[in-house]
Amino acid sequence: MKVAVLAGGLSAEREVSLRSGRRVSQALRDKGVEVFEVDIDADLLPELRKLNPDVVLPLVHGQIGEDGSLREVLDVAGYKTLGSASAAARIAFEKPIANQIAAAAGVFVPKSIVLPQEAFKSLGAADLLESAISSIGLPMVVKPSHGGSALGASVVQTKSELPGAMVTAFSYGAVVLMQPFITGTEIAVCVLEDKSGIKTLPIVEIVPDHQLYDYDCRYTAGMTEFFVPARISPELTYAANEIAIKMHKALGLKDISRTDLIIDAAGNIWFLEVNINPGQTETSLFPQAIAAAGLDLGDVFLNLLTNLDQ
Amino acid sequence: MEMAENSSGSRLDPWVQAYASRATSMRASEIRALFAVASRPEVVSLAGGMPFVEALDVEMFRSVVNSVITKDAKTALQYGAGQGHVSLRESVLEVMRPTGMSAHPDDIVITAGSQMAIDLIVRVMCNPGDVILVESPSYVGALGVFRAYEADIRHVAMDADGLNPVALQEMIAKVKAEGKKVKLLYTIPSFHNPAGITQPQARRKEIVEIAQREDVLIIEDDPYALLSFDSIIHRPMAADEKERVVYCGSFSKIISAGLRIGWAVAPHALREKLVLANEAASLCPSNFTQLIVDEYLRTQDWLAQVATFRDIYQQRRDALLTALTDYMPPGVSWTVPTGGFYSWLTLPPGFDATAMLPRAVSHLVAYVPGTGFYADGQGRSNLRLSFCYPPPARIVEGVKRLSNVMSEEAELLKTFGVGGN
Repeated sequence: MKVAVLAGGLSAEREVSLRSGRRVSQALRDKGVEVFEVDIDADLLPELRKLNPDVVLPLVHGQIGEDGSLREVLDVAGYKTLGSASAAARIAFEKPIANQIAAAAGVFVPKSIVLPQEAFKSLGAADLLESAISSIGLPMVVKPSHGGSALGASVVQTKSELPGAMVTAFSYGAVVLMQPFITGTEIAVCVLEDKSGIKTLPIVEIVPDHQLYDYDCRYTAGMTEFFVPARISPELTYAANEIAIKMHKALGLKDISRTDLIIDAAGNIWFLEVNINPGQTETSLFPQAIAAAGLDLGDVFLNLLTNLDQ
Repeated sequence: MEMAENSSGSRLDPWVQAYASRATSMRASEIRALFAVASRPEVVSLAGGMPFVEALDVEMFRSVVNSVITKDAKTALQYGAGQGHVSLRESVLEVMRPTGMSAHPDDIVITAGSQMAIDLIVRVMCNPGDVILVESPSYVGALGVFRAYEADIRHVAMDADGLNPVALQEMIAKVKAEGKKVKLLYTIPSFHNPAGITQPQARRKEIVEIAQREDVLIIEDDPYALLSFDSIIHRPMAADEKERVVYCGSFSKIISAGLRIGWAVAPHALREKLVLANEAASLCPSNFTQLIVDEYLRTQDWLAQVATFRDIYQQRRDALLTALTDYMPPGVSWTVPTGGFYSWLTLPPGFDATAMLPRAVSHLVAYVPGTGFYADGQGRSNLRLSFCYPPPARIVEGVKRLSNVMSEEAELLKTFGVGGN
């Protein structure tokens, strides 16, 4: 089998994507798969035509990689591609819409305010920020509505910190999401889907050194402690797995997804976000879940790639 | 919440408790992640100080490498002396000659780039906590070395003529009042990185006098010495004060950065220690690349190549300055370098160059935020632009993009009432 692994691109998550791409590529090569790593740019389609892969494996983060655009292009060009279809990707990428779907599915979703910069400009930032604080309370999390790796995300403790956090978040994107900062046990549930059905992997519990599981904590080995399986009760484990599967199905995702959740002191499980293209770096959550399940990264991706039914 | 049976956590790093305290700051960062994007050709990178090696004649270089292998492969492929190859040390004298620096080949230690020379000097001179004075701002690579040796880094103000002697004297007095002694003064007198400023001769003299009076050793980092745009080759401090100044030179900017060859000219006793430290660090600098540099210097018109580089960089400097004048919004100021690679921008109140970088990268232009050039968190309202690598048209395009970024940022700051807007 000849596989084109797409990684890189122009988003702020380029480096993460390249690292994921290299790791998965090597894991597949170890299984005897012929792998080509392709950085995505204007030459993507000519490059793919030249390589003529049997399957394309996109590991590109950021807007183009996760909002369905790249998948749309690959579908139009007729490539058999691993992962969620573009329509599902688009919905998952839009956090407010994904939140609505989660809420409609009966999942606890933190109250959130999602606004573009234009709204603050037209309607007056001071009043809007004041209202946001009244509505959501402090501390709150401010982050770009799109994108991952916690880039541009801040925890705001006091009113005076909020404008600066907004500026930081808007530097990464045109729309910002504000949510209450929920303290509790942060977990990630990884989902695999193949012909045998949808299953979850052991839950990863995340204990970062910083208040927020930020970029430093995500990609510096040693700055976060992970517990796999998570130190939660069987009941909570069951419930969290159910939520992840529910979200995978409700959003119409395919092959692979990761749902991030937080369990508060009362044992309520809150939905944070779902990722259709989870990181596969040395410090990422998905490979840890795969290892804890007694599986091998190369075997998992090889199985997904060989069972694609497009 | 009921807990399941405890399992032990993993930090994905078995050595996490074992690292030296100096490794604490070695971690992933959003800024580094953004620089990964800057390497893409779609991005106009005004960030990295990469020499324009495309101006070298590759065929000529191939012949130089072939000649080294043909003439003396046995030496080129073998270990060498910790002080560096004597033939290259002789050639270094010729390279320094235009600056007014004279020395004996035995005064010179060849290193893996001048970065290694700085590392060796600090390794030999500084204990953790020793005070090193640096300009405000200072070269990020040197700050990294000083941090690695756990030095106490103090920034000294600059003015239009570079390091300010009054501020220097005041800082030394302040350090003394704390019961400490200044161990080193690190300075880049010509075409400063990142400030783009050059110290006039009188200023250099003043600084050396202060160093003598206060018994401070100066590290004079001079990698851009020959890349002057106004025909003035500035005389190094070390040319007149060899016992007080360790001079660091480099071939990275005048031949090739990939060769990793630099040198230090040091007082006798210190030089002996630098040689031993060099041996401890790497046994010896690469014989292969030393012989390539030496062969190049002895057989090619290297001064003509320097002139070619200089003309290219001058055109690019001019393009940058014109574009800045044409496109930068009011309130932005910048230095006018008379050589080297860099101009230093000061943004209007409220702007934060670090926070603005993601927006810049999404507009396909990159710069280095000023905070990288400080050890103490200063520099948020500054950024460094490098004009050495992109051709003039790309520089203009980059500045246009930066201007758009700043307009959007101004709008954002105004909306949220941040800073002086």
